[in-house]
Amino acid sequence: MPSHASAQRERARDETRSRAFWSGTITFGLVSIPVNLFPAVRSHGVALRMLNEDGVPLARRFFCPKQDREVADDEIVRGYEIEKDEYVVVTDDELEALEPRKSRDIDLRRFVPADEIDPIYFERSYFLTPAGESTKAYRLLGESLDQNKRAGIATFVMRGKEYLIAITAEKGIMRADTLRFADELRSAADVGLPKKLPKAKAADVTKMRKLIDAHAKAALAEAELADEYAEQLQKLVAKKERKHEDIYELPEEAEEAADDDADVIDLVEVLKRSLQSGEKSGPRKRARKAALRKRSTRKRKTAGKR
Amino acid sequence: MAARAMWKGSIKIGRTALAVKLYSAVQDKSVHFRLLHKTDKEPLKQHMIDPQTGDVVESADVKRGYIDDGGVIVMLEDEELEELEPEGSRDIEITRFVPRSALSHGYYDRPYWLAPEEGKGNYYALAEALEEEQRIGIARWVMRKKQYVGALVPEAGGLMLITLRHAGEVVEASSLEAPGGRALDKKELALAEQLISALQGEFDPDEWRDEYRDRLLEFIEKKSKGRAPKIRRLRPKKETTKSLEDVLAASLKAARKERKSA
Repeated sequence: MPSHASAQRERARDETRSRAFWSGTITFGLVSIPVNLFPAVRSHGVALRMLNEDGVPLARRFFCPKQDREVADDEIVRGYEIEKDEYVVVTDDELEALEPRKSRDIDLRRFVPADEIDPIYFERSYFLTPAGESTKAYRLLGESLDQNKRAGIATFVMRGKEYLIAITAEKGIMRADTLRFADELRSAADVGLPKKLPKAKAADVTKMRKLIDAHAKAALAEAELADEYAEQLQKLVAKKERKHEDIYELPEEAEEAADDDADVIDLVEVLKRSLQSGEKSGPRKRARKAALRKRSTRKRKTAGKR
Repeated sequence: MAARAMWKGSIKIGRTALAVKLYSAVQDKSVHFRLLHKTDKEPLKQHMIDPQTGDVVESADVKRGYIDDGGVIVMLEDEELEELEPEGSRDIEITRFVPRSALSHGYYDRPYWLAPEEGKGNYYALAEALEEEQRIGIARWVMRKKQYVGALVPEAGGLMLITLRHAGEVVEASSLEAPGGRALDKKELALAEQLISALQGEFDPDEWRDEYRDRLLEFIEKKSKGRAPKIRRLRPKKETTKSLEDVLAASLKAARKERKSA
């Protein structure tokens, strides 16, 4: 039975790792780089909660229609509908066992020019942070990728799903973009575009180029990617709070439930800590991780806070 | 068999209009599961409940609200939320054209194909012009009561719209600090660079397959016939004690050898 102190340290180490979407290894030739994977995308600003007419936040539960009752987590399994109303159960162990040995690693065997990847393939963006004691191998790969403007391509399996991934680096920080597989995208032919595309008249192309030039700028305007709906919603919420309209208080039990929501973590804060967690070992590191754990038990901000 | 259009719109650049049909460009190929009751394999139903009483709340009685930092709940009426919905329009307004490099990867969300409705000449001319200019258009449109921002891009001689994420959603690398440590060894950097060169190639999406999905479906098929393969546990990786330089050099040797025999 591990001692209380060592169990605490283990929990502190796990704290950072558990916030990560995934922890594993990038292999680059025979070099192994332990990494944590964090999302680089926060869910959008204003998540609305479901309430009952008395303002009580609702929770989602699963029910068995046959037995007409709620079921507990340990009574739930996942099934694949092989024929109508016929299911094959697949367990977590089975999903894991189907991963080939090497799929737990992100094995970089191909490097391509980073700007050659068509944006239609980009699915989701993640940051990679060093998970080992030493950051050397991480920084080495990052530096090489950045300097040569290359992306490392690999596939790996995470949580029962295979991902195609492109790893790039910018100013010493590595990021991973999951890519769609070719068969996940419809071809032009699938949407009725002709196989042999008609050639546009040179005069028309010139006309279009002039039109593009007339509206060409070097970069996006900051306001262009603003979430207008979220802004309007925030204004409505603020107005109602001022007028004290339809205001309810969060019941104590619901406060604790809210803390468990994944969304409430300050992503940038977690990323910053994780990026700096290597290369310093001993009491300072442990103290920092203990501080991280303490902060997490305080009431956290809800999704929607900018 | 051609897919059905989701929506019809009109690309607007200044006073120029181009009628188009919009199609989802993504095909979901993932293996989907349903949650079942362990004992009787009955597919489960989801309900919203009041966690304090355990009472089920029917969807018609569900209200929506926002919970702020201080734990204050503001209930929002359906009419109020409806008022926030953007006005319907068929315009895909292009506000500007920027270089491809002006947008970092993390912003790209979902791609849609645009097929020409009429005025075909302009459609293909625009696609070619964008390709030649190496630019993308920044587009705004309202579809199914939601406001979208996207990139208008040339693709395989035609046009696509790729929706973009909002400014606050994407964490930029510039807001983070790179991990520090001892300065990198020049020799190691050189070796790493050579290794990358040895493994260089083009990005060919057709080269990569979701093999896990195939194996999973095969396993499910076998299991349904009572022929489930044995489960074996994955063994943890062995740690290496070699120096980084030695490992890089060995990798480079192996990579070059593989290239030669390929």
